[in-house]
Amino acid sequence: MASIEITPDEIADLKGLNCPMPVLKTKKALDKIESGKILQVDLTDAGSKSDLPAMIKRTGNELLEMKEAEGVYTFYIRKK
Amino acid sequence: MSEEKPKRMTIIASKGALDMAYPPLILASTAAAMDVETMIFFTFYGIDVINKHKYANLKVAPIGNPAMPSPVPIPNIIGMLPGMTAMGTMVMKSMMGKINWPSIPDMVEACLELDVKMVACTPTLEMTGVTQADLIEGVKVGGAADYLDFALDANINLFV
Repeated sequence: MASIEITPDEIADLKGLNCPMPVLKTKKALDKIESGKILQVDLTDAGSKSDLPAMIKRTGNELLEMKEAEGVYTFYIRKK
Repeated sequence: MSEEKPKRMTIIASKGALDMAYPPLILASTAAAMDVETMIFFTFYGIDVINKHKYANLKVAPIGNPAMPSPVPIPNIIGMLPGMTAMGTMVMKSMMGKINWPSIPDMVEACLELDVKMVACTPTLEMTGVTQADLIEGVKVGGAADYLDFALDANINLFV
């Protein structure tokens, strides 16, 4: 995954939430946006770092990039 | 993924203690978020988890539970004293509050929002006198054959 600048269409701030909420709220946020749009998700739960890609893969969406800075994990997801 | 047959999961929820109510609700809502067709079949004490008069006040019992966390080490037999269940429940709820965890009503709502099939066991209802009016809206009632009909085509079936 090259580090090109990704501009999200929507941002979901899920910092401070623990499993299973980041996965559930990410799914809810994805359901709200149109196909092809990009959702940015910010979270702080380390467990969700692996949970979220599993959900994204199973639902057929595309994980464009995941990065970590100062304890915050940021995901960019393109809706299928 | 739409061309594939959707994955399925069922969970039988048979326990009504606070700590035993979470795993079915967490797994079911997460599975539904992963596009898995999911059913929770509530039976015996599990009915309390979807009983609107009870589900906000489920308790955890320290007696017979050596893993029960406690602020001070106490012999397990103390758990039989009056008030210990309330105290154990308070300790667990404060631990959950610290990590900002959803309540049981929040998790039930999340499951329903994600279209988890929530089914209450008919014989249990008859036995305990609980009626559909006592259950959370959106919960259906059904019997063993209803459960099995769905579970026979499932990839994961769990009993909690």
